Amino acid sequence: MWQRLKSMLIKEFIQAFRNPRMRIVLFVPPLVQLLIFGYAANTDIRNISLGVYDLDNTPESREMTEHFASSGYFRIMDRPKSPAEIRRLIDEGKVSAALQINPGFARRLRTRQGATVQIVVDGTDSNTASVVVAYAQRIVAEYSRQVLVQRIFSLPNIPDEMKRPFFVKGGIEVESRAFFNPNLESRNFYVPGIMAFLIMLVTLLLTCMAIVREREIGTMEQLIVSPIRPFELILGKTIPFAIIGYIDVLIVTLVGVFWFEVPIRGSVLLLLAATTIYLLSSLGIGLFISTISHTQQQAMMTMFFFFVPAILLSGFVFPIANMPTIVQYLTYADPLRYFLVIIRGIFLKGSGFDILWPQMLALAILGGIVFTFSSLRFRKRME
Amino acid sequence: MKLIRLKAVALKEFLQIIRDPRSLALAVSIPVLLLVLFGYALTLDVDRIPTVLYDLDRTPRSRDLADRFLSSQYFQLQAAVQSYAHLQAMLDTGEALMALVIPANFSRDLEFGRDTTIQVLMDGTDANTATIALGYANAITLLYSQDLMKEKMTRLGVGKISPPIEPRIRIWFNPDLESKNFIVPGLIAIIMSILAAILTSGTIAREWERGSMEQLISTPIRKGELILGKLIPYFSIGMVDLTLSVIMGRYLFGVPLRGSGFLLFSLVSLFLLGAICQGVLVSIVTRNQLLSSQISIILSYLPTFILSGFIYPIHNMPQFIQFITYVVPGRYVVTILKGIYSKGIGLEILWIESLLLVVYAGAMTFWAHKRFQKRIG
Repeated sequence: MWQRLKSMLIKEFIQAFRNPRMRIVLFVPPLVQLLIFGYAANTDIRNISLGVYDLDNTPESREMTEHFASSGYFRIMDRPKSPAEIRRLIDEGKVSAALQINPGFARRLRTRQGATVQIVVDGTDSNTASVVVAYAQRIVAEYSRQVLVQRIFSLPNIPDEMKRPFFVKGGIEVESRAFFNPNLESRNFYVPGIMAFLIMLVTLLLTCMAIVREREIGTMEQLIVSPIRPFELILGKTIPFAIIGYIDVLIVTLVGVFWFEVPIRGSVLLLLAATTIYLLSSLGIGLFISTISHTQQQAMMTMFFFFVPAILLSGFVFPIANMPTIVQYLTYADPLRYFLVIIRGIFLKGSGFDILWPQMLALAILGGIVFTFSSLRFRKRME
Repeated sequence: MKLIRLKAVALKEFLQIIRDPRSLALAVSIPVLLLVLFGYALTLDVDRIPTVLYDLDRTPRSRDLADRFLSSQYFQLQAAVQSYAHLQAMLDTGEALMALVIPANFSRDLEFGRDTTIQVLMDGTDANTATIALGYANAITLLYSQDLMKEKMTRLGVGKISPPIEPRIRIWFNPDLESKNFIVPGLIAIIMSILAAILTSGTIAREWERGSMEQLISTPIRKGELILGKLIPYFSIGMVDLTLSVIMGRYLFGVPLRGSGFLLFSLVSLFLLGAICQGVLVSIVTRNQLLSSQISIILSYLPTFILSGFIYPIHNMPQFIQFITYVVPGRYVVTILKGIYSKGIGLEILWIESLLLVVYAGAMTFWAHKRFQKRIG
């Protein structure tokens, strides 16, 4: 058996590496994807471009503007001179929000009438817009409280109680701390996720297309008439891609840890063990797709039909907790879901087997079922 | 270019597509699947964050504050715990994403006019969710503080003082901040690039792999006719999918289309043409379906997903990545789609992006034609 398996493996490796372009394609894209994701996949919202239209032009209005500028969230990009110009700046996407202070702002403040500021927000990107709204509200509320406190203190005879810190500083403060990712960098969230994503993409695509390719160009018949057993053929077809998968994991981990400085707080051995279990599902699905496809085009499209929802429903970008309940049940069938919890747990939280065992068990069961089922189906098709 | 030869190739390609009903069905169902997923299931909106409460004060006032948190749509009580260890364990296992800790002297401090601090502990793994949740926590506390202040002032007989400045916030284009209004337009670009990649990356490579290229070479067909003949069927499928997406977006998800539908179709079809030619070009260069599918995914689908501003805002990216986005055609088509859909703007603002799409489509067509060699070897 070893003899036959060995020749099969050698043949697969020769085929995979014969084409120089293929050699590059196996290892460079994961790296490029990691770099792009690491730098670009970023939902942090800082430096919101702001246009300021100050019609009042008083110390008070300038102070209001200054509160926006010094908050760290907004950057004043332009000072439009008319409402039409605000409209144009937002249409062209030059600013994502505009602050308009109407004439009389300072006068209304001084005469203790309620003053208002107008804030226009570009709602095209609803995620950014909701954050912008929250920041703007907070900045205005803080300035407003400052004015209120000043006003109270200027009253002729105020009760002593009002001079206490509660009134000066505003009462309840929030002390916030983010565990596992103290600076709240999205990169730490995405980089481990990309590993899960890449392993699946590479192994799934290679397995299903490589098998269907033999069928499409007619070499499958030759393999069938050779003395190799179906089981050995399955191993011969999956082991090389598993190895490529491991190498990709290695590259991505090294770059993630040393280039992007994503912390790895847990055990690397546990990571490797979990990767092995995960590969079982990924290779199993690849094998399954190969048994239901006649051409590489079909295989590729079927793969996409599985892969895209698997990514989107895994919690890679979109939190599972926000999905409708029915869809949340659907995610339990997604191997990527479990692996993401494991890999993020190991990298960021330093979780060990004691916490991650339910996910690993689920992954093992899922992978076992998928791989066994696909192998049986594959054998049947060969005979 | 002879019409009869072109017709023959296009017909052959159409027949091949029709004979493979599954691929055709998949080509139509992938967009539908994506739209349904994004329209119904996927959202970056943050609400119902599982929260664990550790109330050391246990007074009506601390319960009042906890209630402000938990009765909002943003936070949902997962458990009330009695120790830090328990709280930590819940954050570790991911059962809760946030913990609210109210200190022992909370109520008394406030009564005596002293400052007090509540703790908000977040699982920072998902930075986006954490940032937004912190924003909500701050806002709720600020409002509660203000209410306390008002209450106190009334009691002291200073009289009611309304907040001096009120923000009047207007959100343009998407007043209810619905994420589908922002996702669906961009998704059309994603769908077009996926389709172009998976449909065309194999088209020339397949002929080489199966050996039918030799037969095509021996026919009198010219290379321009061959390429065009291969483009027509896939372009038609792409247009069907585009129509389907626009109709589904409009009638199933109620995403308003404020600008010109005609402009939308013409500009997206330019992008589609460019993307399909790019796929054919990759197929011509690699002559290997596996290789060409990998390269196509890297060159078209991924950049359109990540570097186009579809989900990740471009202005948040580091400077040098922002420069790279200028060569990603997806960036221009996403800007165009969002502009036409949400803002209802036209060529007067989008002319640069449109011009660049023309350049892209033209360059890809020209390059594919140039690289294709109608001879063996």
